[in-house]
Amino acid sequence: MLVFAGRRLLQAIPILLGVSLVIFGLVHVAPGNPIDMLMPPEASPEIIAQMKAAYGFDRPLHIQYLLWLGRALSGDFGISVFNAAPVLGQLMTALGNTLVLAVTAAALGFTLGIVFGMTAALHHGRWPDKLLSAVTTAGVSLPHYWFAIVLVLVFAVLNDWMPAQGMGDDSLPLWQRLDHIVLPVVTLCMIPMGVIGRLVRATVLEIMGQDFVGALSAKGLGRGPVLRHIIKNAAPPVLALMGLQFGYLLGGSILIETVFNWPGTGNLLNLAIFRRDIPVLQATILVLASFFVLLNLLVDIAQAAIDPRIRR
Amino acid sequence: MSDLANPDALATLVGKATTPRPAAGYWTAVGRRLKRDPVTIIVTLLLLAIVLMAICAPWVTSYDPYAGSVMRRLRPIGTPGHWLGTDETGRDLWTRLAYGGRLSLLAGVAPVMVSLLVGGLLGITAGFMGGLTGTLIMRTMDVFYAFPSILLAIAICGLLGNGLTNSIIALAVVFIPPMVRIAETVTTQARHLDFVEAARASGTTTMQIIRHHVLANVLGPILVYATSLISLSIILSAGLSFLGLGVTPPQAEWGLMLNSLRQSIYVQPYVAALPGVMIFVTSMCFNLMSDGFRSAMDVRLSK
Amino acid sequence: MSAALLPVPPVDPRDRGGPAQPLLSVTDLRKHFPVYGGLLNRRVATVQAVDDVSFTIAKGETLGVVGESGCGKSTTARLVMHLIRPDAGSIVFDGEEVGSQAGLSVAEMRRQMQMVFQDSYSSLNPRLTMVDSIAYAPRMHGLPARQAVARSEQLLAQVGLNPALFARRYPHELSGGQRQRVNIARALALEPRLVILDEAVSALDKSVEAQVLNLLAELKARLNLTYLFISHDLNVVEYISDRVLVMYLGRVVEAGPVEEIYGRPRHPYTRALLASKPTLDPDRRTTVLPLSGDPPNPINPPSGCRFRTRCRFAQPACAEMLPPLLPPVDAAPGDAQHLVACILPEAQMNAEPRHAA
Repeated sequence: MLVFAGRRLLQAIPILLGVSLVIFGLVHVAPGNPIDMLMPPEASPEIIAQMKAAYGFDRPLHIQYLLWLGRALSGDFGISVFNAAPVLGQLMTALGNTLVLAVTAAALGFTLGIVFGMTAALHHGRWPDKLLSAVTTAGVSLPHYWFAIVLVLVFAVLNDWMPAQGMGDDSLPLWQRLDHIVLPVVTLCMIPMGVIGRLVRATVLEIMGQDFVGALSAKGLGRGPVLRHIIKNAAPPVLALMGLQFGYLLGGSILIETVFNWPGTGNLLNLAIFRRDIPVLQATILVLASFFVLLNLLVDIAQAAIDPRIRR
Repeated sequence: MSDLANPDALATLVGKATTPRPAAGYWTAVGRRLKRDPVTIIVTLLLLAIVLMAICAPWVTSYDPYAGSVMRRLRPIGTPGHWLGTDETGRDLWTRLAYGGRLSLLAGVAPVMVSLLVGGLLGITAGFMGGLTGTLIMRTMDVFYAFPSILLAIAICGLLGNGLTNSIIALAVVFIPPMVRIAETVTTQARHLDFVEAARASGTTTMQIIRHHVLANVLGPILVYATSLISLSIILSAGLSFLGLGVTPPQAEWGLMLNSLRQSIYVQPYVAALPGVMIFVTSMCFNLMSDGFRSAMDVRLSK
Repeated sequence: MSAALLPVPPVDPRDRGGPAQPLLSVTDLRKHFPVYGGLLNRRVATVQAVDDVSFTIAKGETLGVVGESGCGKSTTARLVMHLIRPDAGSIVFDGEEVGSQAGLSVAEMRRQMQMVFQDSYSSLNPRLTMVDSIAYAPRMHGLPARQAVARSEQLLAQVGLNPALFARRYPHELSGGQRQRVNIARALALEPRLVILDEAVSALDKSVEAQVLNLLAELKARLNLTYLFISHDLNVVEYISDRVLVMYLGRVVEAGPVEEIYGRPRHPYTRALLASKPTLDPDRRTTVLPLSGDPPNPINPPSGCRFRTRCRFAQPACAEMLPPLLPPVDAAPGDAQHLVACILPEAQMNAEPRHAA
């Protein structure tokens, strides 16, 4: 088990290196040098050269990459090209805000998904199954940015029940601004609810069809203990998907954050793209992707801990 | 973002490939099962209608999708002459929705096609060659797997600049890794099936084996996976346009329309929500159709 | 005058060295599989799946290979077919070395050597009809479609399946025995001289197994075939083989004519194996203690004789060197057919108390 965890950890290193290479490469494949884009057209070539030197854009590519990676590893992501503030500070604030959303949405979505999926599977083919399957399928098919607009429409435009934008007044403590979180969380939880619900239903149905479940019932075990066996066997794939989904919530909330003007990583990324603020852009993607890699690592190890067949 | 890397989807698909399906009467049985499934029939017909609407856009409306009028801005649903209202520049919304279907469907389906082709090819190569080539391909895919899908798409689109082509490229890059994984797993399994060994033992060349024995077994699972991706692809491509990273104005595309109408949500709330309804309905139809075909093709349920 | 009346065996135009030259001669065949593990996934051990295996098969003979599961029987078959590349060793087919520059190419060899696998279902492509499955290889070798189909219908009839009934069927529409007949027909489609039967009847019901065995015997006589017959079933091997090879942990421990092996086994392993053979004859009750336990891990085989950890007669000398495959030490002169890899004389084994008293 320890060897498995250690090996997984070692495997994550080349992947993280590859990730950093892809991010760095993407920036340099993209047309336009960030300095050229920011400078007024009348700027003299000397000043442009000076600026490039200040940001290190005049060095050879591989040196730039190593310098960037080295600094990034020590937590120094440089300063924003747009507002000259250190990237790390902005990123950490944004990450905190995104985590608030993602954790709440994940908790809600996973709970609903498991409950819906189990209920549907246990009533296979009858009306609860049909209803809940429709709900979960809708959750998967929903363009969530549109759903966000619809929620705003219903709760903020047509009625004045909820605030439509932002995180509220900064000076108030978080628990007094809870109404701001409701709509974004409800929107975000739709996808994990749908995906987990569908998987739980499929997995539980598959397990219920296996011989050993029949054998347990034949042995005279009651409904409760049989259910416990089913849950134990359904846990590993569901757990794995939960890890992935949480990662998607972190990285994928960009559309929702844009609709609700939520000052998280997605919003930061969106702004960075339109301002061509390369240091912020690189740092945000790198941090989110590293989060995702680590999350997958944890899921793998947790899965192996539950299911010995996965080890090796 | 939904079940892109769903390991269960992978597992069931792969499981299907290892238990070879009976071939005789197989498609007849699938057809029979589909006929008894009204939901699948209805969504398939609905999808056909949407596709027809997009293709025949010039004939289903008499308006020009680009000609607006300051006089007729933001009319509500049910306005005479504009039964779905008009948008913020006074263009007929029904016309825009019909024309918008063209780009939305293209931007949603094309990345899946590209990834099917590229990913399938890479996966079959990796699965059949194994060794260094296989490892190289699979490890590269692992790196792309390490990005949350929409983040990668947004990063690519944001850096390459917006436009239909870049949006298709960005989403194809996102969909290729899971496609490669499935194709590789199924090919590796197929390669070790006894009948493939038997063909090898009778002196059949590698290309012939891939053509006659492997392809038929690999194609099923990756096609099923591809159809389930279309729904996601439509949501994501419209999402990119919604962020201003995909199709550029003044072109008609549902995600872009949703974005520009968002500003008018206080004036014409119902009109502003309509493009989203189209995205939702289309993606839901693709999802339900894919589900329907998947269960109709699943022999385990046939008893 | 009288010579003309003797039945003349049909001469195969492909026959090169005449009846005295063995059809297949395998020397020091070896395959070791690496095992990866540990933190860095490095090569930590090797499985000695097949280790220095040598044997010959004469023309028209059936060589049986027996042994417990995991002893390397199937790997040997796949190595001979070159489905797995051997690490070392030479394969000589009718006087020509396979895979060498001057000799026979692997592709040419595969036309003369075919294989029938254990799993009758998975060895048929589920999407091809029976007639297409059989016609597949000849078509790939350039036979026109019409002729290939005609030939494969003929082959179906030859293996006892009515082409009118079975030609258009798919694998799942046949029973296990019928499918295995099709697999045999497919193996015969390229008119091979040697057929490798890898546990070909092991998955069949007893009654069906007997029918297929009879079919194999009949085909062999009619088509002048040579068989390499691999099975864990001692009774079946005794029934069909002319000579027998006994394998243990990747090595040959005993080889010889079938009557010799079954009538007077020399190796302690063979003796124990035969003792475990089920019999209904009350006069042939088990007299030697049967084998107990599992074979040792092939990753770390015991030093010296690999059987010594389970051998009742093991001596310190057994741990020191691998006993070579030689005629028994106390063999009668001229008994060069029977080979055994054991240093103990037979008398010593017989002197041992038969039951642990």
